[in-house]
Amino acid sequence: MSRYTPEEKVKIARDPGRPGTSDFIAALFIDFFEQRGDRLCGEDPSILGGIARFHGRPVTVIGHRKGKDLEENLRCNFGMPSPEGYRKAQRLMRQAEKFGRPVITFVDTPGAYPGKEAEERGQGEAIAQTLALMSALEVPTIAIVTGEGGSGGALALAVANRVLMLEHAVYSVLSPEGFASILWKDASRAGEACGVMKLTAQDLRRGGIVQGVLREPEEGAHTNWEAAFRTVDAALTHELAALDKLKGPALARQRYEMFRAMGQGLPPAGREEP
Amino acid sequence: MNQTFSRRRDRLLTYQAMREGKITSSRRTRCSACGEESPQLEWDRNFQVCPRCGFHAPVGAYYRLSNILDPGSFQELEDKLSPADPLAFPGYPAKLSELEQSTGLKDAAVAALGRVDGHKAVFAVLDSRFLMGSMGTAVGEKITRAAEYAGKKKLPLVIFSASGGARMQEGIFSLMQMAKTAAAVQRFQSGGGLYISCFTHPTTGGVTASFASLGDIMLSEPGALIGFAGPRVIEQTIKEQLPEGFQRAEYLLDHGFLDRIVLRNEWRAVLSQLLALHEKGGRP
Repeated sequence: MSRYTPEEKVKIARDPGRPGTSDFIAALFIDFFEQRGDRLCGEDPSILGGIARFHGRPVTVIGHRKGKDLEENLRCNFGMPSPEGYRKAQRLMRQAEKFGRPVITFVDTPGAYPGKEAEERGQGEAIAQTLALMSALEVPTIAIVTGEGGSGGALALAVANRVLMLEHAVYSVLSPEGFASILWKDASRAGEACGVMKLTAQDLRRGGIVQGVLREPEEGAHTNWEAAFRTVDAALTHELAALDKLKGPALARQRYEMFRAMGQGLPPAGREEP
Repeated sequence: MNQTFSRRRDRLLTYQAMREGKITSSRRTRCSACGEESPQLEWDRNFQVCPRCGFHAPVGAYYRLSNILDPGSFQELEDKLSPADPLAFPGYPAKLSELEQSTGLKDAAVAALGRVDGHKAVFAVLDSRFLMGSMGTAVGEKITRAAEYAGKKKLPLVIFSASGGARMQEGIFSLMQMAKTAAAVQRFQSGGGLYISCFTHPTTGGVTASFASLGDIMLSEPGALIGFAGPRVIEQTIKEQLPEGFQRAEYLLDHGFLDRIVLRNEWRAVLSQLLALHEKGGRP
């Protein structure tokens, strides 16, 4: 299954040719109505969200948006959200809960934006509130890490009943570059960091961090979007059907217990479970 | 080996003397903020706040609790909880045992049951001497258990944060502690519990972006650096220098993220007031 090294996977996960949130929305949903703004002070295009139909059923869909060309990249801040983005996500999630809609999120971000205004407006608070809100939602939630899942900025959209990853996506506590520069004071050792961080979908599945790995076409999702869409569509259909068996409070409980167990009962140091 | 033991013994005796307020060392300690030296005795009398500039120097978890709780009310919770090495990270277990030796802590968090002016509460305190107070699985677990215990016993929860954020050596497992702790305090609060979050210098990254920012009441010591991204990362990103006072407690107060700044010698009074106002953990 792992034809690529962790370092190669990081490159693939960041490939601008991979389908992004807007592509998944266009392909898998109909009737998408984009919702904008946090109702407090701004609109952050680096998080895209709204209401849509998934196989006829209204759902709330939210994801990171990196942009397709340089102009859009800049507008979307390369998928690095500001507090407004997270507060918009919170607003959409509350509404989803109010109207009993499942929440589907697409995770693809280098991380939350480390900028001056973002700090001024409470980046930490915005992420914290999103985590808390998402953890307690009484509707089914599914997160799919489609590209790079970077740090708290990614996690904020991924406290879901099911967290799935595309086969070559990565998900980590920090970018390998940041990791290497913090631990070894040397960002050029990022390649080495990829090796020790256990950031591939396969490693995370083994570690109990994600609940499913979605097969990508031959060389990766960027070479055959249609195949990637079919896989994600099937996975969402399957997981939604499974989650529909749980009632509101049971959904919140299942999610709580799942995240509660992460880091508890880990395989003993120095050994890795197959 | 003998030397290690005698040094450890000295330190324990010094701590005891510090707790009892009878230290008479002639040592002088330099303030890392203003650079001025003051006699250690003055620092001790001042709860480790610089006698010259008022800088609230980071202090250990036990020391902090000993200054806040009613004498004799301290009862440690979950003191057996030990760190794990989920990534089998090179050199990490050795680093952990070295820190356990030098600090007497198992990991960067201490949880306790205690009283302030007779008001009972559950406390959790992060200790920046232990890998910058970073949140690995053991810290996340301890915060979570403290919140769950407080919920079960219907007691208020008071957390003092001091942290560089996620613990890199525990990778993604460390990141998940953000979700776990945020969920735990959220659940505690929605059950009617009072959660008082107290920032101390410095608190950044995944701790700011999880349980520490979720208090019903948000407090901070003066001058504490509080943020998601650290100042150096921001400066590298935006390629400009940050203004004086950026991300300090006073700045956060001005921007609406704190209720109040609390001097180190005011903690007992402020906590006592708040706990009294929420008698029975906020339940009618």
